Amino acid sequence: MMQRTCRLLIRLPFWTCLLGLAAVPLGAQAAAAEQGVLRLATTTSVADSGLAAAILPDFERRNSCRVDVIAVGTGQALSIAGRGDADVVIVHALKQELAFIAAGHAKQRDEIMVNDFVLIGPADDPAQAAGAATSADAFRAIAAARATFFSRGDKSGTHTKELEVWSAAGITLGKGTAWYRSLGQGIREVLLAAHEQRAYTLTDRGTWLALRTKLPELRIVFGGERPQANKDPGLINRYAVLAVDPASHPAVNAALAERFVAWLRSPEIQQQIGQFGVTQFEQPLFYPAAR
Amino acid sequence: MDTPIYCLEGLRKSYDGRAVVDVERLEVQQGEVLALVGPSGSGKSTLLRLLNFLEPPTAGTIVYRGCAYRDHRVSVAVRREITTVFQRPVLMRGSVRRNVAYGLRLRNCRDDRRVAQILTHVGLDSLAKAQAQRLSGGEMQRVALARALVVQPTVLLLDEPTANLDPYNVALIEDIVRRENGESGTTVVLVTHNVFQAKRLATRVGLMLSGRLVEVAPARQFFDSPADARTAAFVRGEMIC
Amino acid sequence: MDEIFRGLVRAASLIWAADSAVLEIICLSLVVTGLALAISTLIGVPAGAVLGLWSRVRVRGLVTVLLYTGMGLPPVVVGLAVYLLLSRSGPLGGLGWLFTPSGMVLAQTIIALPVVAGLTMTAVQSVDPALRLQVRALGATRWQELAAVLREARIGVMAAIVAAFGSIISEVGAVMLVGGNIEGQTRVLTTAIVLNTRMGEFDLALALGIILLLLTFFANTALFWLQQRVGG
Repeated sequence: MMQRTCRLLIRLPFWTCLLGLAAVPLGAQAAAAEQGVLRLATTTSVADSGLAAAILPDFERRNSCRVDVIAVGTGQALSIAGRGDADVVIVHALKQELAFIAAGHAKQRDEIMVNDFVLIGPADDPAQAAGAATSADAFRAIAAARATFFSRGDKSGTHTKELEVWSAAGITLGKGTAWYRSLGQGIREVLLAAHEQRAYTLTDRGTWLALRTKLPELRIVFGGERPQANKDPGLINRYAVLAVDPASHPAVNAALAERFVAWLRSPEIQQQIGQFGVTQFEQPLFYPAAR
Repeated sequence: MDTPIYCLEGLRKSYDGRAVVDVERLEVQQGEVLALVGPSGSGKSTLLRLLNFLEPPTAGTIVYRGCAYRDHRVSVAVRREITTVFQRPVLMRGSVRRNVAYGLRLRNCRDDRRVAQILTHVGLDSLAKAQAQRLSGGEMQRVALARALVVQPTVLLLDEPTANLDPYNVALIEDIVRRENGESGTTVVLVTHNVFQAKRLATRVGLMLSGRLVEVAPARQFFDSPADARTAAFVRGEMIC
Repeated sequence: MDEIFRGLVRAASLIWAADSAVLEIICLSLVVTGLALAISTLIGVPAGAVLGLWSRVRVRGLVTVLLYTGMGLPPVVVGLAVYLLLSRSGPLGGLGWLFTPSGMVLAQTIIALPVVAGLTMTAVQSVDPALRLQVRALGATRWQELAAVLREARIGVMAAIVAAFGSIISEVGAVMLVGGNIEGQTRVLTTAIVLNTRMGEFDLALALGIILLLLTFFANTALFWLQQRVGG
């Protein structure tokens, strides 16, 4: 009887496993074949803000497909797309996008929306960066006061912009800068950490608006309450969509990717983007920018 | 004259260069009970392992039933004609019946009648359903013996089978072995350090010292008028190891 | 402390309401880890037994060290390696397993395999050599001998499986990289917890964590019961 039980116990997982092995890829492939799947690699701000979840169902419906959103940092998103593992990317780092195009992974970039970056800091603003005229001045004030600054440090769009501002301010961040901490994490983790440690950090306004209720000790130190009030035009944050070039990566779903780009740029969707978050945050998180 | 069932020629087994078995020549006759006696460490157990083709010899030949082997890689069928009962019965989880039937299961054979028969033969039929690992020492050894006998081996090797048992169980087991040899003609090679057991059971007795076979003689001759002085000393109980 | 209590309440309400999104995540966690465990057991137990019984003495030392190293592999490193393997630009890109549960099963199987094989090998080596001798003397073939030894070592083998389960149910690095944490497709409990923590949704993250703990507890209870039955 023991032997029969043992034999059964061995046979059961064996068959389950075989069936499972067969079912999982078959299921996925069957589904994909029926519907078509578009792999979208995007930055965390697009996904975490809820924008992706809000507008994508429309595209899925119109094209009887499924959009798989892989939300990672800009650097990782472009790497994934650069290996042909994603069909289309939405990122916000101009230099990296141009390099991506130059490497032949995409034919062009299309701007779809903008918002701006703001400098967040402790409510009492120990570095007195609020009075600065430009972002570079604000950064210089922070450096002079040796106030704690948290950086994402992860080649994201935010990080890229932040490094640009440091460079414009003429400040090199080397060994002696103990007040500058590179966390290597996403924007929300960095904001939460900045809240804990009363530090300064650069973030996109959309994320700030979504998270500000959890960050009572922080406020916008530089950038104004609305993008229109942002004194520094250099802090503009441009989001672009890039379809991966099928010439370099034949396995991508080029047809769907093309339709996705066109759909994003359509006046209807652009309007939806502009209205996202207005009721919740009293201002849009993103501004339409397709031309 | 029947051909011997075993014929060992120049058989040697060494571990790390040290010869543990060094038998020039030995014949085992079919149907006999050959007892191998000698002090501990004289290579008796190793010789049994060689006879059961469990280990390869370092040198020499084992001729079993007319076929010569220089290696232990014999066919499964040949190896299955020989079985060993060791000093310590290693039983598996499960009932007595299950343990006894194990050898048959290995051979993909199922014979409940024979299992029941052998259980009666060794006096364990009342314990057939008991958990084998919870029996007394004597009972466990009888299970091991039953397990060996149920497959009807041509050769039964016994490595100090009663060394740890009380006289009652010793007698029981000797009785079973005697009957097996008498009724089925199974060849028995028995390793024992119990001289009296050898006297009781064996047709021929061999003395092993330091891996060498000193003398092999019919039982009576071995004990009453041994040819070798060392045999005489051993029989008198004067063997110093 | 406040958050932990809120997390408990949230966990209870999620389970009670049978929230479909959460159910989907739980289901996928169980399927991925379950499959990976089954496959690694089917391959790892015989492999460990063969290595424990029949590898040459010199080779065995090296194999043991390799297996021990395998046991300590950081899941995120395995995830990265599997990602590069399954990437469309990689050697196995044609399989189309990247960002699907199949890829996640592969990654977790790779993590669990050395654990199962290594601990099985150790369990098998601890079996009384007298058993092996006796079984061979009764006429067992090599494979019958292996089966007998495995049966004898069954408690240790079960422990190997339990250890493997523990190592993969709670890992996040591999499934995150290989799966992509895609909502509705490849999101499991661990990646969902990371996501919610990142978004500052600590209540939900804690709730999911508590659910994960409960799942692990019940699974281990089942495995323990099985171990007792098999161990007898």
